Amino acid sequence: MSTLEIKDLHVSIETEQGTKEILKGVSLTIKTGETHAIMGPNGSGKSTLASTIAGHPRYTVTSGSITLDGEDVLAMSVDERARAGVFLAMQYPVEVPGVTMTNFLRTAKTAIDGEAPALRTWTKDVKAAMAQLRIDADFAQRNVNEGFSGGEKKRVEILQLELFKPKFAVLDETDSGLDVDALKVVSEGVNRAHEGGNMGTLLITHYTRILRYIKPDFVHVFVDGQVVEEGGPELADRLEEEGYDRYATGAATIAAAAQA
Amino acid sequence: MTDITTEKARIGAPSAQPFIDGFTEEGESLSPINAGTAGSTAAAPSAGPLAGDSAKSHSHGGGVGIPDSSRAGRLTSYQLADFKPLTGLEEDWRFTPLKRLRGLHSEVLSGAAPAVAVTAPAGVVVETVGRDDKRIGQAGIPEDRVSANAWENFAEATVVTVPAEFEAEGEISVVVTGAGEEASAQHIVIVAERFSKSVVVLEHQGTAIVSENVEIIVEDGAQLTVISLQEWNDNAVHASSQQAKLGRDAKFKHIVVSLGGDLVRVTPSARFTAPGGEAEMFGLYFADAGQHLEQRLFVDHAVANCKSNVLYKGALQGRNAHAVWVGDVLIRKEAEGTDSYEANRNLLLTDGARADSVPNLEIETGLIEGAGHASATGRLDDEHLFYLMARGIPEDVARRLVVRGFLNEIIQQIKVPALEERLTAAVERELAVSDN
Ligand SMILES: Nc1ncnc2c1ncn2[C@@H]1O[C@H](COP(=O)(O)OP(=O)(O)OP(=O)(O)O)[C@@H](O)[C@H]1O
Ligand SMILES: [Mg+2]
Repeated sequence: MSTLEIKDLHVSIETEQGTKEILKGVSLTIKTGETHAIMGPNGSGKSTLASTIAGHPRYTVTSGSITLDGEDVLAMSVDERARAGVFLAMQYPVEVPGVTMTNFLRTAKTAIDGEAPALRTWTKDVKAAMAQLRIDADFAQRNVNEGFSGGEKKRVEILQLELFKPKFAVLDETDSGLDVDALKVVSEGVNRAHEGGNMGTLLITHYTRILRYIKPDFVHVFVDGQVVEEGGPELADRLEEEGYDRYATGAATIAAAAQA
Repeated sequence: MTDITTEKARIGAPSAQPFIDGFTEEGESLSPINAGTAGSTAAAPSAGPLAGDSAKSHSHGGGVGIPDSSRAGRLTSYQLADFKPLTGLEEDWRFTPLKRLRGLHSEVLSGAAPAVAVTAPAGVVVETVGRDDKRIGQAGIPEDRVSANAWENFAEATVVTVPAEFEAEGEISVVVTGAGEEASAQHIVIVAERFSKSVVVLEHQGTAIVSENVEIIVEDGAQLTVISLQEWNDNAVHASSQQAKLGRDAKFKHIVVSLGGDLVRVTPSARFTAPGGEAEMFGLYFADAGQHLEQRLFVDHAVANCKSNVLYKGALQGRNAHAVWVGDVLIRKEAEGTDSYEANRNLLLTDGARADSVPNLEIETGLIEGAGHASATGRLDDEHLFYLMARGIPEDVARRLVVRGFLNEIIQQIKVPALEERLTAAVERELAVSDN
């Protein structure tokens, strides 16, 4: 069993107006086999948390730590993190012109495993995984994400999740932009990846819709760069009914109190 | 309808992301390369895209009312004397380091011309002819002093003719091998007769100081691909004017690949002389430290209903790697129904490299299908690298994937599998150097 531990994480970015703190002390512990949902309003810092875990250079960690089984993740380069078993399904997957999916998937798999996959089984695995996610076979010849629709990009992220078999998956709004059928297909993909109990998931979402298909063990409510409430799956149902409004005022009150 | 677009390159990154440096569009600022020499010359205006035999002996005057800056006003002549000595400040020489031309612009080109070896499928006619062969001078008139110098000095020409309706199986290989450092002149004529179909690979290798004129005639209904490959040794200097004249419904594809040589300056042109023609002009270059790779192309839409598409892509790495791309597209008053697009994209892989990129689109009629241009010079997009690295791919491998992908768009146009493989390998070698 593995543990991904985030402790009192503070993250800021450089903007034209100067340095802006976005994460204001986030702590989370995820173990393999668990699914944690992070829910929060737009702009609360969910993607910032996801990108910081993956090591995107735009985000500066000012204090706090992220460790994977005790290893300092923040000291690792982006590719080292991925090879250590951290996977980020991006909210907006990037188009990489000129690099075919086939070439990309094989190169990534080789890097992650430290050796090239056996060609025949690999080709079969890719085909099967694509079919399960209802991705057309001809996508293999296309350039990475180039011209894919929003929904297609999300499926391709989950395709990678299934093929690369990470220890921890951070899914950043994988549900957004998906119709009901696609949502089901994608959720099944995540559930398959979970089956063996060897993966922990941080599921970032704005809506409770996806939680009908992927059952979270824990729900964390994220507002203004902080976790403001934690609970079990029942918390999601409450959010469905009440929305985030009451936290928004709550957070403002807390901030005001702190300044006083 | 007129549709002029200036599209930002896909290789670009949103500028809101401050960690992505670079991605500037190079302007038309005067290059410092030849600065310090006094005076500037404007070419005497001339008219007409082409002239026949009768024009060989004189330069073309006239062109009244055409501004000097218009491509239509460029002086053309078979006579060296019609071109003034170069100062380096001329519009078409301002990016070229004249000192490194090794006399191609100033000396009698009396050195032995590089050897030409042609391998062609049976049926293709290959000849070596003298200066007065009537096919010489049909497709091109020199447009600059270096080209005129070669015209004045070449001893014999190689003429490759693809007979009418002949469909060549396999490509025609013309290998030009240099073996000396004396300034020399070369002349090659390629004739694709009516309704023929062929691919010509013009390979340049070895060491040479050479000015070359390549005349290309694509007759009515012919389909011709010409791939000009510059894989010279490091010390070679090569100026190559490659002028094509397209007949009715002719399809011409031209691909320039410049990898080796100290200074390589290729000036291709495609001139439509009858409606229905199509020209595709592609280019790939990889400039290393100290290398000067220049390409200046011209598409002359002189008649109605022709199409042109231009895409040049280059990668640059190392100190004083310099690439120049100038794309002149002229849509004349007569050229109604024209559809034209030109783009140049450069990837700067290291500091100290420089890419000058200047698209010039002149449109003299509003009745066209479309005309557009784009030019972008940027660094490797950090978002691309991040995506690949977030999948475990180490940075150097990710960089190579992206550059290879960037250049591959041109290699894929070649459609000669063996050659595609060879060029892919050549690009890999260039990339391997950058990892040091
Ligand atoms: N490059 C940037 N410049 C300025 N502000 C930024 C930048 N990137 C992020 N932010 C700000 O940081 C905050 C957190 O953004 P983030 O994308 O992490 O939110 P989110 O919770 O993922 O929102 P959403 O639900 O819309 O995806 C927002 O206020 C956002 O405007
Ligand atoms: Mg987000």
